[in-house]
Amino acid sequence: MDVLVCVKRVPVTGGRISLTDDEQDIDTRYLGFTVSPHEECAVEEAVRLVETHGGSSTVLTLGPAVAEDQLRDAMAMGANRAVLIEAEGPEWDGAATAGAIAQAIMADHRDAGVAYDLLLFGNESADAGGYQVGIRVAHLLDVPCVTGVKHLEIQDGVAVARREGPGGFEIYEVPLPAVITVKEGINLPRYPSIPGRLRAKKAAVERLHLEASQSGLEKVRLRLPQGREKQVDILGDGAAGIGRALEVLRQIGVMPS
Amino acid sequence: MIVGLVEHDGRVVSEPSLQTLTLGRRLAERHGEPLAALVIGSDAEPVMDALAAHGVATVHHAVDDRLDHYAPEAWAACLVDLMGRTDPSAVLAAGTDRGNEVMARVGARTGLPVAANCIEVEADEPGTPYLVTRLRWGGSLLEDARLHGDVKLLTVAPHVVQPEKGPAVGEWSVEEFSPKLQDADFRVQVSRQERRPAGKVSLPEARVVVGGGRGVGSPEGFGPLEELAELLGGVVGCSRVVTSLGWRPHTDQVGQTGVRIAPDVYIACGISGAIQHMVGAKGAKRILVVNTDTQAPILAHADYAIIGDVQQVVPALVSAIREAKGR
Repeated sequence: MDVLVCVKRVPVTGGRISLTDDEQDIDTRYLGFTVSPHEECAVEEAVRLVETHGGSSTVLTLGPAVAEDQLRDAMAMGANRAVLIEAEGPEWDGAATAGAIAQAIMADHRDAGVAYDLLLFGNESADAGGYQVGIRVAHLLDVPCVTGVKHLEIQDGVAVARREGPGGFEIYEVPLPAVITVKEGINLPRYPSIPGRLRAKKAAVERLHLEASQSGLEKVRLRLPQGREKQVDILGDGAAGIGRALEVLRQIGVMPS
Repeated sequence: MIVGLVEHDGRVVSEPSLQTLTLGRRLAERHGEPLAALVIGSDAEPVMDALAAHGVATVHHAVDDRLDHYAPEAWAACLVDLMGRTDPSAVLAAGTDRGNEVMARVGARTGLPVAANCIEVEADEPGTPYLVTRLRWGGSLLEDARLHGDVKLLTVAPHVVQPEKGPAVGEWSVEEFSPKLQDADFRVQVSRQERRPAGKVSLPEARVVVGGGRGVGSPEGFGPLEELAELLGGVVGCSRVVTSLGWRPHTDQVGQTGVRIAPDVYIACGISGAIQHMVGAKGAKRILVVNTDTQAPILAHADYAIIGDVQQVVPALVSAIREAKGR
């Protein structure tokens, strides 16, 4: 089976976020980059499905030229092919992103005869959190889409997908081709092997240029939420803090006095 | 007219839906528009009064035998059908798994933009772009954005707006309708459900959560944390590093891509406090930290801290509580 997995380059934010002066972005001067956690699992799932069922996996991203790094990371994990839709400039909203991805998939089908059986996305990106790109792509391609999936099996051309629902787990069964958006927890992503890294370093990355459609959700500025201003009460060093910790637990009412 | 999509379990309206209706009602009042709701399913009868109490003037009740099991495409089709017949200025849903996915599908079908997880909405008039504030990075960053479109589509982040009953709306009505639905609208539908096992305290509901991070040292290192949790009637959670290392299952993970907790006290052991983790612990009333590093970011979120090695402090705390309880 042929699997497409879509990822997004995002900064590795640690203990504190700071913003650029124009308040349009996170200041990434001192930060590394990765893909959203849900998507790292989507890449792992794609690689595993191909290991089980045969076929090939393609990783696709829409982003700046340097997002090539994230495509190579995915190839180091085992993805076979990489496509970069180069998008510089202001952030694309969910509809524009989905439009470009669907266009790339249709062009691939028309020009190279590629027909994906399964398209994997993260449930939502770590940064923008729009919860819509996978769903919009599914609509444009007229294929079913199950979101938030934490367990996936492919049986005789049907995707059996399990996700958390209001009272427990919900199971969906949809025929392929289908879009599945996954959540972290569906698997434990592997660390890329050294040979995998070396192979990915030399692999080709296909590039596409597409124009952004106009954004209907237009970013004005980012800001940091007001933190709760509090002073930490240091109860003590090591064993010296235990006595006061018991007092605190009693005060909070989680320990019988 | 502003429409709110209602999630319910056949008995009560979900809390995030009530929060959504509250935000919708405030907006409707400012614009002098009526507030309406869309309720789906034949089991919705018991929730009608609660909707009226929250300021809904017209409840649109979509009825079709095929809607008995949740089907996101069909829900979206119901909303699009209702939009065609009532011409609302905005449609709101809760920023839940279901609300976000249904609204994205409505956006896809209508070609309209969607703003997910809004916490504030401002607009001069119903027709102008909305100025929304929405959550990014799971809530550790806010975005002010202009939302365009003939109909404004947005979801409301859960647990930000306090639900409020509205002033009596006087006359209110329920309008039942049969939405236009195709077979294709049911190609994605819950085929079966597995109920969650009852009895065990779950992480989101626990009054005490004992969290462990890299500082716990090993999977076995969680033994004393389990003991501490049990003594206090709580459960164990962990950071993302711990699940990535395979020390604990992902279901224990607290954070942006894991579980959100709201205990009376969160005892965070050997956790540095990355923002993605702290977003998941934002609901904690008190945070007690055990950490060797006085510079760890988690100290900025903590109410109390013991400076020391988890592997020594936690067993000592366990013995002290045992002793205190034994007396």
